[in-house]
Amino acid sequence: MTVDRGKVGMNRRRFLQVLATSTGGMLIGTRVLAQDLAWLPLELLGAEFETLGPYLRIEPDGRIFIGARAPDMGQGTHTALTRMIADEFDADWTKVSVVPMRLAVVDIDGEVRFKLGPQDARGSTSMAQGWDDMRRIGANARARMLRAAANVWRTRVADLHCEQSKVIAADGRTLAYGELAARAAAVDLDDTGISLKAPRAFDLIGQPAGDVDALAMVTGQQRYSIDRQLGDALVAVIARCPYLDGRMAHVDESAALAVPGVVKLLRIEAPDGSEPLGTAQLAAGVAVLATSTWAALMGREALKIDWQQRRWADHSSAALASAAEVALAQPTSGVVVRRDGDVDAVFADTKRTLEASYQLPFLAHVTMEPLCCLVRLNDEHVEIEAATQDPGAVLAVVQRLTGLSASAIDIRFPRMGGGFGRRLDSDHVAEAVLLAQAAGEPIKLMWTREDDLVHDLYRPFAVHHLRAALDRQGELIGWRHQLASTSKNARRGIPPGQLWMSEMYPDALPAGMIENLELLWHGLETGVGCGNWRAPGHNSLAFAVECFLDEIAHKGKRDPLELRLQLLGEPRTLPYRGFGGPTFDTGRMAKVLQLAADTIEWTHRRRNGNGLGIACHYTFGSYAAHAFEVSIRQGKLRFHRAVCAVDVGRVINPLGVDAQIAGATIDGLSAALRQAITIKHGQVQQTSLDQYRMARSADMPRKIEVITVDSERDPTGAGEVGLPSAAPALANAIFAASTVRIRRLPLLPELERLL
Amino acid sequence: MAQEPQVQPQSKAQTVDSVPIALTINRELFVHDGDPETPLLWYLRDDLQLTGTKYACDSGTCGACTVLVNDKATLACQVPMSKLINAEVVTVEGLADHWPGNKRPPATADERRLHPLQQAFIEHDAIQCGYCQPGQLMAAAALLARKPKPSERDLDGIGNLCRCGIYPRFRAAIQQAATVMRESST
Repeated sequence: MTVDRGKVGMNRRRFLQVLATSTGGMLIGTRVLAQDLAWLPLELLGAEFETLGPYLRIEPDGRIFIGARAPDMGQGTHTALTRMIADEFDADWTKVSVVPMRLAVVDIDGEVRFKLGPQDARGSTSMAQGWDDMRRIGANARARMLRAAANVWRTRVADLHCEQSKVIAADGRTLAYGELAARAAAVDLDDTGISLKAPRAFDLIGQPAGDVDALAMVTGQQRYSIDRQLGDALVAVIARCPYLDGRMAHVDESAALAVPGVVKLLRIEAPDGSEPLGTAQLAAGVAVLATSTWAALMGREALKIDWQQRRWADHSSAALASAAEVALAQPTSGVVVRRDGDVDAVFADTKRTLEASYQLPFLAHVTMEPLCCLVRLNDEHVEIEAATQDPGAVLAVVQRLTGLSASAIDIRFPRMGGGFGRRLDSDHVAEAVLLAQAAGEPIKLMWTREDDLVHDLYRPFAVHHLRAALDRQGELIGWRHQLASTSKNARRGIPPGQLWMSEMYPDALPAGMIENLELLWHGLETGVGCGNWRAPGHNSLAFAVECFLDEIAHKGKRDPLELRLQLLGEPRTLPYRGFGGPTFDTGRMAKVLQLAADTIEWTHRRRNGNGLGIACHYTFGSYAAHAFEVSIRQGKLRFHRAVCAVDVGRVINPLGVDAQIAGATIDGLSAALRQAITIKHGQVQQTSLDQYRMARSADMPRKIEVITVDSERDPTGAGEVGLPSAAPALANAIFAASTVRIRRLPLLPELERLL
Repeated sequence: MAQEPQVQPQSKAQTVDSVPIALTINRELFVHDGDPETPLLWYLRDDLQLTGTKYACDSGTCGACTVLVNDKATLACQVPMSKLINAEVVTVEGLADHWPGNKRPPATADERRLHPLQQAFIEHDAIQCGYCQPGQLMAAAALLARKPKPSERDLDGIGNLCRCGIYPRFRAAIQQAATVMRESST
């Protein structure tokens, strides 16, 4: 394909006017007219008359290029977002090529604004955010095609309709989009009157679609950022301080410099704590810059560095557990997250109480593609290519380090080998920019798996203590949930009074369903950096709450499903502050519970020693329930059935939702079974995947039965909701199969200990 | 529980110092004259730009760098070039043309010819982030060469890691490919 940039330049004004309308009036003003078009991928630039705004380009031969604005880390945004556009546009999907877009910002007097709307991938929001504006982009383009065809045929738009990249007249005449593209782009159109399709007219939305990059992936042609080269870029690997807060005492560089291919060594200072975690380097280090990855790795191997430990020299997971125990023994020391009724009075009045503690370790992200960042920069311009879930955050880091305006920074983010929240942080980008600045050369910074395990921003360590009061009928009348944990908000420039907000949610189940209820948070200090790990907060809370509800049910000799359904009560909406709200629908929660239960034949009593477990959770606007059937024979845990029912609103791509829910179930089980990052003597103990064990295919259920509620509601998200209730449903199933109650993760070592 | 991916680096090869190493990769002859201790992984990725073979761990644990060396599944991160004299290496980029029993000539550039495993992975959408895919495909190709009719237990033997958790679809896709390959060889 050839791109005539000169032509674009001459017609810039015309192009941008089209752009302005087809983005739904997003931030396009006269200032934008002066901006360069460099942020558009080449495939979308084209000649202006073939382009319908920044998202769509039609070739005369009928090929359609559609831009995907949000990062795809395997959650399927490139496929689902573009199908929303294609559906409203009535595009022939077989002719569509999806083009990942770069970060598109406009710098208005120093204030950065996003031209294409949100370009991050967090909190399972891409579908919800795209639902309206992606469809509008498609509808706008379709309206242009209709108007252009009406002009050609001198007829009324009302007599025409679109199908499979064609405009069709009442008398059967057709014009292909490719033939109409130039005229369509020239149409002056007021987009206020453009209406969206009625759902019954959808032909792509709701239909299963394979991943748009499948062919590239199975043939090894998909280029992740780790697969890119910047021509002459030097490969950098960093020997980072293995201690939580160490400093470099002494470095012997001679052997490393003698390794063939090693070009230079650069030091990276220890972070001084002035920048929020995730925006600056995490550790002091020595970077080895070499002409190849192997030379850089060998050079690093040859470095001899003495490190000096500081404040956290004696830090350990055991110390955190002790600190949690001390804190939990004093409820009054906690931050009151929620208080309903009078919990103390209820506990004083009743003899029927139950309490339990649940301990969860730090978890690492282990994206299959390790962190990597390519940088080329000079005094006027920066090019970044990195796997990131938050290109806007990358931009902010680069701006801080270079002092350049947003318009001088070009950020590309190809598909990622997993994200899971790790790539919301940009510490590796800061490292790469510092190295490129110091070296005066383009840099490809590579992280090894050991780097990744030892220098992560982990899922917080947590100990939950729950206490319940029951009346004579076994009804829950009092509930106190104390959580002692580290916080992912710590050291991120967030006021101390808000550290609890990332760890405990005031309206999460069973809040609002028990008259006397108290939620308390006790902060644990740590030198371990914490961050976003798939379904942050929820992945910990759900385990404690859903296991404890199971314990309550068994204590009261009640059915765990029936107890939950009774707690949820009549279908109604309850207020839900925080992300995923503003409301929580008890009816939708009950429905997924019932669906999961029915599918696994909950009421069909197992007589073969197998156990059933169930759990549910509400995550970011979506509802999920898991049910498992397991057995434990000769100390070996086996899965017999695995079910997850979800309500994620309208499903854009059923194949994608199935993959996300089945995948998150397996991810949740894998993390629960064996994963833990532990700290001893001020350092992370797990340095390889032999020590931080992910589940293999043979360890997992051979099939995950995913049931999706048929819904007409606007889509929410499917990337995270399938995770939180998996681990507690498993622990509850293990109890049913063995009467062993798991209250500490990882689960398998604990099961072995207790059996 | 599953076994880790098999490491079978030794072929008929022998270790030699600093002598150019000739080997075949995807039916093409290459000569490596750099550090003989360079792992095959970095030779493929950095020198040849065959980046379909992925780096994901240093410990030979994850299987993302699985290639075929003399038809055996091999972890490219664990094999130095010195062990590959005259070896025949197949990477994911060459998988479409490597189908034991299939004597087709190599596909031309504009031809979209796929190995039955690649076709099945697409049809089952056995893909999430896609990063472990090449290793999964190569491990599956080696399995099907040994076991044209694999049992579920045989599939358990593929120990390649996938954090996205797409394992059940891998199983279904491999079984479909096995069927296609059996049918086409009779």
